[in-house]
Amino acid sequence: MEIKHKILVLDDDADWLALSREIFSQLPSKPEVRTASSGARALAMMENEQFRLLICDLKMPRMDGLQVLSIVRRRFPELRTIVLSGLEDEEFRSRAYALGVDLFWLKLDMQRNTKMFLDCLESLLGRDAEGGFRGIQSKSLMDIIQMECLSRSSTVLRITRGPLVAKMWIQNGELIDAEVEGARGEAAFRRIFAWKSGTFENLPPEPGRERTITKPVNALLLESAQATDEHENPSATPESLEDAGHRKMVWKLALLTREGADFVVAVPAEGRGEPEALGTQATEPLSAWTRRTAEIARKLGDKIEAGPLSHVAGHNLEKQLLLLPRANKSVLVGWPPTAAAGQLLEQSKKLVASWDS
Amino acid sequence: MGFLKKITQLFSARPAIRQLPFGSVAIDRNGQIVTSTVSSAYPPELLREIGRDVLAIFREAREAQMPLAEVSLHFASLRITARELRGGALIFLFPQTGLSPLPN
Repeated sequence: MEIKHKILVLDDDADWLALSREIFSQLPSKPEVRTASSGARALAMMENEQFRLLICDLKMPRMDGLQVLSIVRRRFPELRTIVLSGLEDEEFRSRAYALGVDLFWLKLDMQRNTKMFLDCLESLLGRDAEGGFRGIQSKSLMDIIQMECLSRSSTVLRITRGPLVAKMWIQNGELIDAEVEGARGEAAFRRIFAWKSGTFENLPPEPGRERTITKPVNALLLESAQATDEHENPSATPESLEDAGHRKMVWKLALLTREGADFVVAVPAEGRGEPEALGTQATEPLSAWTRRTAEIARKLGDKIEAGPLSHVAGHNLEKQLLLLPRANKSVLVGWPPTAAAGQLLEQSKKLVASWDS
Repeated sequence: MGFLKKITQLFSARPAIRQLPFGSVAIDRNGQIVTSTVSSAYPPELLREIGRDVLAIFREAREAQMPLAEVSLHFASLRITARELRGGALIFLFPQTGLSPLPN
């Protein structure tokens, strides 16, 4: 017997609910569509009936969508969730994905690309029967890429890790391009693959995207996994370690040049290793100043009750400096005097995030 | 009466809430305050402490062969900007709260 899935649509707009009921009930799997106009009502309905999918708005009175989603994630972990919102805000998108939603769509995009949205919806409803899954928080990037490729889908994966944003273009189940921080193709893919955490979302496909990756995705995944293993496994030969160290240094220098910074000095906390510097010969005095300044500023902040130290900036006629203090490692970034002062903090954070990746 | 006494005791037992400093301070090379526009309610010892720490940062930067003309310490609720002034410093204090005037 064919299983008839149930969809619950949660929105405070009655017209939208009526429209949703009409549209979603026309899906090929003919799901049963139920609606709720408040978070409390939706939760009560979920307690009494088993739903396959929750489509949730974000901006609602009393209990907003993010609150509902956080409860749903705990109480009904098997439930697939889609956010359909009118709020075009990256922060809401990130927060929703952090709560483990399967899809985030803007209402406007949904109206423009109704067919694609319905395909995504049908796919989410069907994956249970096919034994598939889509648990965002518990899956590695390898799982996600394999899943997209195996299902022969066309999509753009947008992966975010702190201030870093990467994209992967998948066309008919083939990985055709990747881009991160100015790098493209296989090099970009390897760099993204090394990321241990982050959030991702599916964007509409871009069929006209130029192909830069010709290797089959499985070969690429295997190579990248091997490279990651070798990097993490200290039992490799001294020659290969030396090579890897050299490659890493060249890559970091290229990063420094590309971002336009003069130098970077990374200073681990006392007793946790040696400072690392690129672009300057004065590692020792600069790391001593970094360590000492971070210490002075932290103590001063405590004494005058000014809150945690965010960063220290300084300049003279030749240089601009930005010190990012961290518990385990402080980083001093030197910029030329011509660099836009207002953007140095963001640029430095981005540089440090790339440096660490 | 007993109730009021308890309330008074409760409030006097709590540490006083100190306002964040706002204004500018000029300090000489010895860390002594020359002039200040910061409210006199703000403890002068803490202002001197800020001055001493700022001078230490400038001094250590000179020792690292990287003399600085200006340094800014950004805390969650306060920004301290200091300009080097012939061994002393001119320090600007900007509280970073929603109600504070924005710095130029």
